[in-house]
Amino acid sequence: MAIDILAALDAEQIVKLNKTIPDFQPGDTVQVNVKVKEGERSRIQAYEGVCIARNGGGLQESFVVRKISYGEGVERVFPIYSPLIDSIVVVRRGVVRRAKLYYLRDRRGKSARIVERKGKAVDKKAVAKTTPAAE
Amino acid sequence: MRDQSQAIQHRPKRSGVIAQKLGMTRVFTDAGQHIPVTVLQLEGCQVIAHRSEDSNGYVALQLGLGTAKVKNVSKAERGHFAIANVEPKRKVVEFRVDTSSLLPIGAEITADHFVVGQFVDVTGTSTGKGFAGGMKRWNFGGLRATHGVSVSHRSIGSTGGRQDPGKTFKNKKMPGHMGVDRITTLNLKVVQLDVSRGLVLVEGAVPGVKGGWIYLRDAIKKPLHKDLPLPGKFRMNNDNLASELVANEQEA
Repeated sequence: MAIDILAALDAEQIVKLNKTIPDFQPGDTVQVNVKVKEGERSRIQAYEGVCIARNGGGLQESFVVRKISYGEGVERVFPIYSPLIDSIVVVRRGVVRRAKLYYLRDRRGKSARIVERKGKAVDKKAVAKTTPAAE
Repeated sequence: MRDQSQAIQHRPKRSGVIAQKLGMTRVFTDAGQHIPVTVLQLEGCQVIAHRSEDSNGYVALQLGLGTAKVKNVSKAERGHFAIANVEPKRKVVEFRVDTSSLLPIGAEITADHFVVGQFVDVTGTSTGKGFAGGMKRWNFGGLRATHGVSVSHRSIGSTGGRQDPGKTFKNKKMPGHMGVDRITTLNLKVVQLDVSRGLVLVEGAVPGVKGGWIYLRDAIKKPLHKDLPLPGKFRMNNDNLASELVANEQEA
């Protein structure tokens, strides 16, 4: 009973927020278009990097995007349903063997590369991606 | 000073409410913030009886929440509920009010008794921790991890002096039972209300376990919200309405 109501509240909020979230995993390179408010004007700023983790589930889910900015590693945590996110675009899919890519923090350059995922797997994902969007 | 005391006297003392804690979630605002909220449920929070200056020496409302199985309710309690013409309740609590804030018996307090943006004080029974050591219970530092400390890394250390006081002082903080205390958290903001489901969403954490009883009242250390319904927001039970209607017709 209690859990039903909490789940229902979360579900309603997800519907209300009306977000289309592409199918992406840790290892994928994503571009997050963030709404930035400067004084009275608001504009959209792109933040592109490797998704190194997804945490939580449902309304509480968040993901971490890591990029190297002017030689310095930067990580940003976004709630998936955040109203500040205008859109998420998957730029590149990567082959990784774990869910949390925290090992990338200790690596630079060549060893921090992620092999691109190609072939059937990508096609499947592409199909899977379009179907929920069509709904 | 005098003005202040007068202001306090004139401040209406509305009834609080009993609720059940359902758990926590988050609410996204249009501004893009997300607010951690605790969801509290008012399920059939009805007025059962009045306490009056004449008969009891104080003025209060007796409220009941939830539904109890009739077979689990004693005959005396059943009689008490029957007088109010109210279904047996699982939890019964009294809230002190002033005479102008008395709600009629049988009134079911709804979630819009409160107003979004107002501050409330929330009372609950904290989660039981059992017999807890000094580190958990009183934030003691414990002993060192190395340098010859053996087996007593989490012990409390010394408890007093030497021959001079010759005793351990009273109220020395020591290991013992922790939790299951009555705790009041002041000034939590009401974020959202859902009248149809009887939900009050309060910003931040609320003491107690999920499913625990929570007492909500207007924050005593903040000025009353200007849009507060006085003496309170409630609906009458349909049965009561019907009986009232019947009574009116008979009178007519």
